[in-house]
Amino acid sequence: MNDSIMNGKARISDIIIKILIYISAGFSVILLIGIIGYVFIKGIGSVNFSFLTTVTSTLKKTVGIAGNIVNTLYIIVITLLIATPVGIGSAIYLNEYAKPGKLVRAIEFTTETLSGIPSIIFGLFGMVFFGNVMGFGYSILTGSLTLTIMVLPLITRNTQEALKTVPDSYRSGALGMGATKWYMIRTILLPSAMPGIITGVILAIGRIVGESAALLFTAGSGYLLPKSGMGFLTKIMESGGTLTIQLYLSMAKAEYSTAFGIAVVLLIIVLFINFLTKYLAKKFDVSKVD
Amino acid sequence: MENQQTFSIIGNRRNKSAVEKAAQGIFTLCAFIAILAVVSITVYMVINGTPALFSVGIKEILLGTSWKPTAAEPSYGILYVILTSIVGTTLAVLLGVPIGLLTAVFLAETAPKKLAAVVKPAVELLAGIPSVIYGLLGLMILNPLMYKLELALFKDSETHQFTGGANLLSAVIVLAIMILPTVINISESAIRAVPASLKSASLALGASEIQTIFKVIIPAAKSGIITAIVLGVGRAIGEAMAITLVSGSSVNMPLPFNSVRFLTTAIVAEMGYASGVHRQVLFTIGLVLFVFIMIINISLTGILKKGDKNHE
Repeated sequence: MNDSIMNGKARISDIIIKILIYISAGFSVILLIGIIGYVFIKGIGSVNFSFLTTVTSTLKKTVGIAGNIVNTLYIIVITLLIATPVGIGSAIYLNEYAKPGKLVRAIEFTTETLSGIPSIIFGLFGMVFFGNVMGFGYSILTGSLTLTIMVLPLITRNTQEALKTVPDSYRSGALGMGATKWYMIRTILLPSAMPGIITGVILAIGRIVGESAALLFTAGSGYLLPKSGMGFLTKIMESGGTLTIQLYLSMAKAEYSTAFGIAVVLLIIVLFINFLTKYLAKKFDVSKVD
Repeated sequence: MENQQTFSIIGNRRNKSAVEKAAQGIFTLCAFIAILAVVSITVYMVINGTPALFSVGIKEILLGTSWKPTAAEPSYGILYVILTSIVGTTLAVLLGVPIGLLTAVFLAETAPKKLAAVVKPAVELLAGIPSVIYGLLGLMILNPLMYKLELALFKDSETHQFTGGANLLSAVIVLAIMILPTVINISESAIRAVPASLKSASLALGASEIQTIFKVIIPAAKSGIITAIVLGVGRAIGEAMAITLVSGSSVNMPLPFNSVRFLTTAIVAEMGYASGVHRQVLFTIGLVLFVFIMIINISLTGILKKGDKNHE
C-alpha cells in the first residue's frame, strides 16, 4: 500500500465500503419484513375457520386445508418416531463407544454427506426404494421414511454436541460408583443432553414442515381427512400431501388465494418454531449447532 | 425383590453384561444407518440413472441440445439443462456471496450491538422460510417485474420468445436470496474465529478498520469463507421447488431472458407423468445432479481438512 493513512482518498473508500456493508445487512432485514408483510397481506384474507377445518370440496365450492394439516402432523410424528431414537443412538455410539479410526470417520463423512444431499435426490431415492422396491407406493409412510434419512444428521449432530458438553467427571463419577455404562448413559448422559436433543428435534420439525421436493414423489398429494376408527391407521399407507405440497399444487394451478393462505399458515409455524428454539437455547444455554 | 437388586453391584452380572452388549449393539447399528443410507442412495441413483445412458447413448444425452421426450421421434439431449444449472448457480453465487460476505462482516465486526440483534435473527428466519414460499413470491413479484423489463428490452426483437418473466434471471435472483443465510452464517463464524491479535496488530500499525477487515481478517478467514461459498453452491444447485415455476417451462440455452429448465426443475416438472425412456432419462438427470453434489461434498471435506491442518 502506497497510500498513507492520512491520505483522504483511503478514507473515502472506507466510507463507501462501510455504506455497502450497511446496505447488505439491511437487505436481509428488509427482505424478511417484505416477505412476511407481503404474504400476510395477500393471504390473511383466505385464512378463516372453514379454511383450517374442512377439506376442499368442488361440490360445495369450498376450499380447506384440514387434510393437509393432518398429513403434515402424520409425517412429523412418524418421521420423528423413527429418526429420533436412531439419531440419538448414532450420536451415543460416536461420542461414547467408538474409538477414533476409519469407522468413525466413515460415519461422520456419511452424516455430513447426508446433510449435503438436496431434497430432490432424497425424493427420487425414496420414490424408488420405499415406494417401488419396498412396495409402499405413494404414501405417508414412504414420505416419512424418506424424511427420516433426511433429518437424521440434524438430530445426530445436535445430540452429539450436547453430549460433548456433559463434563467427563459426570461419566467417571457414575462409572466409579459402580454403574454400568448403559445405566450411566440412561440416567446421567441423556438427561443432561436433553436440551440439545430437544433443540435437534424441533429443528427437524422445522425442516419437515418446510420440505417439499422430497415429498412430492413419495407422499403424493392426497388432501382428504382420514376416516374415523381404523382409518387413522390405514391413512399411513395412503397418499397424503403436506401443506407445502398443497401450496405448490395450488400455485401451479394458479389458485393464488389458496396458495397465500397456506403460506400464512406455514410462516406462522416457522416463526413459532424459531422462537421456540431461541427460547430453549436461552433457557438451557446450549450452544446451538446448525 | 426389586429393591434388593439395586443394592447388589455384582448380583446380576451376567444379566447386566447382556444388557450392556445389547445397548452397544443397538447404538452401533444406529450409527451404521448413515453409512447404509449413503451407500443405498448412491447405488440406487446409479442403477436408475445409467440405463438411459446405454439405451439412448451417452453422447446423445449429455451433449444433445434437443429435449423432446414426448415427441413421436423423441430426443433426450440434456446439455442445456446441465449448462443452465451451472450458469444459474454461478450467477446466483456471484450475486449472493458479496452481499452475504458484507453482511457477515457487519455482524462479526462493524455492527453496533443493537443493530446486530436485529439482523442476526432476520437472517436465521430467512433460512427457515420454506422454499415453496420463495417460489410463490418469485412467481408473484419477480416474474411480473421481469416481464416489464423483457417487454422494454426486446420491444423491437423479432426472434425473442416472450416468457412472461419466467426466465433464468428470475431464478438466479431467487437462488441468490436463498443461499444468503448459508453464506452469512458460515462466513460470520469464520471471521469471528480469526485471532484478535491479528486485528490489533493491524490497527496498531495504523491501518483503518476497513483496511484491517479486508486486508487482514478476510484473508485469514479464507478457508471458512471458501467453505461458505461451496455450501452456497451446493444449496443453489440442489434447490428445486423454489425455482420450478419461476424459471419457466421449456429447455433452452441459459441466457438471462430465456425460459429455462434446471437439473432439479426438469425432474420436478416431468417426473409426475413421465414413463419409459423419458422416466429413465429423468433419473439420469438426477444422477448428474448427484455427481455434482458428491464432487462438492468431497471438495468440502478436503477444504475442511486443509483448514484444520492450518490451525494446528
